[in-house]
Amino acid sequence: MSGLRILVPIKRVIDYAIKPRINKAQTGVETAGVKHSLNPFDELSIEEAVRLRERKGPIKVEDILALSAGGPKAPDVLRTAMAMGADRAFHIDVPDKGDGGPEPLTVAKMLQAVVKEQNINLVLLGKQAIDGDQGQTGQMLAGLLGWPQATQASKVEIKDEAGTVEVTHEVDGGVETLRAKLPMVITTDLRLNEPRYASLPNIMKAKKKPLEKKTLADLGVEDVRRLKTVRVIEPPPRKGGGKVEDVDGLVSKLKELGAL
Amino acid sequence: MSSARNLTAALRRARVPRPRLALRPIQFTPLTARTFSASTRNADSREIKFTSDAYPNLKRNPNFGEISADDVAHFKELLGSQSAVIDGVTTDATDDIEPFNSDWMRKYRGHTRLVLKPGNAQEVSKVLKYCNERKLAVVPQGGNTGLVGGSVPVFDEIVINTSRMNQIRSFDPASGVLVADAGVILEVADQYLAEHDHLFPLDLGAKGSCHIGGNVSTNAGGLRLLRYGSLHGSVLGLEAVLPDGTIMDALSTLRKNNTGYDLKQLFIGSEGTIGLVTAVSILCPPRPKAVNVAYFGLESFDHVQKAFLAAKGQLSEILSAFELMDGRSQSLVRESTGNKYPLEGEYPFYCLVETSGSNAEHDMAKLESFLESVMGDGIVADGVLAQDETQFQALWRWREGITESLSHLGGTYKYDVSIPLSDLYLLVEDCKARLTEMGFVGDDDSFPVRAVVGYGHMGDSNLHLNVSVRQYNKEVEKAIEPWVYEWIQKRKGSISAEHGLGVAKREFIGYSQNETMVKLMKQLKSVYDPNGIMNPYKYI
Repeated sequence: MSGLRILVPIKRVIDYAIKPRINKAQTGVETAGVKHSLNPFDELSIEEAVRLRERKGPIKVEDILALSAGGPKAPDVLRTAMAMGADRAFHIDVPDKGDGGPEPLTVAKMLQAVVKEQNINLVLLGKQAIDGDQGQTGQMLAGLLGWPQATQASKVEIKDEAGTVEVTHEVDGGVETLRAKLPMVITTDLRLNEPRYASLPNIMKAKKKPLEKKTLADLGVEDVRRLKTVRVIEPPPRKGGGKVEDVDGLVSKLKELGAL
Repeated sequence: MSSARNLTAALRRARVPRPRLALRPIQFTPLTARTFSASTRNADSREIKFTSDAYPNLKRNPNFGEISADDVAHFKELLGSQSAVIDGVTTDATDDIEPFNSDWMRKYRGHTRLVLKPGNAQEVSKVLKYCNERKLAVVPQGGNTGLVGGSVPVFDEIVINTSRMNQIRSFDPASGVLVADAGVILEVADQYLAEHDHLFPLDLGAKGSCHIGGNVSTNAGGLRLLRYGSLHGSVLGLEAVLPDGTIMDALSTLRKNNTGYDLKQLFIGSEGTIGLVTAVSILCPPRPKAVNVAYFGLESFDHVQKAFLAAKGQLSEILSAFELMDGRSQSLVRESTGNKYPLEGEYPFYCLVETSGSNAEHDMAKLESFLESVMGDGIVADGVLAQDETQFQALWRWREGITESLSHLGGTYKYDVSIPLSDLYLLVEDCKARLTEMGFVGDDDSFPVRAVVGYGHMGDSNLHLNVSVRQYNKEVEKAIEPWVYEWIQKRKGSISAEHGLGVAKREFIGYSQNETMVKLMKQLKSVYDPNGIMNPYKYI
């Protein structure tokens, strides 16, 4: 095999550390004015792609292409990906409609088109995006491409020049190691690596890396929705406990509640 | 626990100070001990040294009354509720009282046998009036997170704890004025304000335990003073109780009020020596919508100063923190946490720069042009920019985690000083050179000093000089003090920038205030507290 051409699809989501709030219309979560950042699982995929290059394994990494579908802010996360080490980026322009974006199958079809067009032989995706929590895209993509897939990787190793890849993932009560041949699809899990910080020199360099804008139509994909979100509601709030002043207070409260 | 009980019992019989030991054992405490419970205390077999033993020249003021069973009965009747009085006078409540008797650093420990927790200003007033008549000394206490022993008793002073005064009274979203009881925990106040898109204008490491009344009484500075200013500016009003029981209602919510002496200012930073703050009215800024943090590695202190000037000039109104950490402080954090450095290489200096603003794009544009200029001009050798909230917090931990890491590694002599910016780090270098020359500093256990580190609020010219020791050592202490104070005096600095005086710095006030000033302060104290019952043996 000549060289690794890695595709890393990434998504801009509400920051992991921010508590999401349901919008007034109860159709989804409030996204306006809320801090967004790179989906944490996608951060792992980029880091892993960059490490595959740095590790100088049996197959040289030729290209790392980051891709994100979304509105005008999507390039922010693509710049982050390039600051971390991706070589170039595609921004697939999909207008923000506050509806959670295209469904996994649409995204998988879009990625399938990019894989073919760009002659990709390894796709590294986060196992899920933390906004929709669908966790389907990687699997659907492998199905569409007819490629082997290894999900929720905690370790990725290129074994030889023929493109044998060993992927370890955690299962209940242990680990499972899978072996497959490139081309393949790998989805990443939290224990895979510890993503690096974007350093200032690399942030500067990332600004000069190529970022290409495309549309779904360019890739011959239509944004078809099969599902309609009827209503989004919060779980009932947890009822707070009360404080009692002293032991007598506790006893009378317990009696009041019929516990004594 | 029998030993602790016997010891206390013995002390009740005779308050004889024990001879001061030349070598104190290292007192190691995990940081979780900040939120004390009796059980964590019990689990620790090592005793904290009594302040009265550590400072043998402090003698109990014979004019103060002794607490009697009658007094306790009076307080119980006065405060009603059982939980408001922890009585170690007529019962054995050693374990319950211990957390109120000592501080979280395990440096100071008193002999009190009575803790009172009044629920409002009226109750505080009744308690103080009675104490004043009976000449019973008291110590106002909030979250007990201080660093100079100001909030724990020395002898048998009654602890008046503010934890039951914990109600938020009002918030006006139009003016941003919050009125709250003194015992509200800083983080609770800030979370309440967060729901209203506002921010408490003070932030510090102990926010999860400290009370806002204590913050005001000690004029706490913290991480964002650079942006939001001192409490002398943001506090609009106070409710305080004077030692004779007078309730001083100065709980104004006005920004402008030029009518007479601004008496509330006297209570800000007076460490409970002239009255007890029971409520605070404070001006809160809108919560910033966009916050960014960058972490730099720099080659010299000269570069740090240049970076600071560039940050002030280019980030101006969005700059919310500029913190300095030296290389050694960061290597200690790494040693203690096991985390990987944010930067690839190692540098003698690191800085953390935070911006807070209302418009993410605008802030980012400013920040990026600042970063480009400091990188381009070679001021900053390397740096990272947090890309998400998780990284934001991780980078802050490299600054906020220093105190904790030091406490894991042994004892620390802490100096919180204010020095003109150009000389700020010179103190650390001079101190390190001095201790090294005297043969105290080394890498193995035969040397008492592990490291001399400096970090702090560069933006406020406030340096924390910390001497990390393997064990507290009289010789080392003598080598540092009063040398460090003289050094600061020569440069017209302050020997206590934000930590206050308490027990620790009381005798050194002369290095930063002249005789006339100290005399005027003493006059003031005698006007408000003629019997001297408020937080005695401390401050001035």
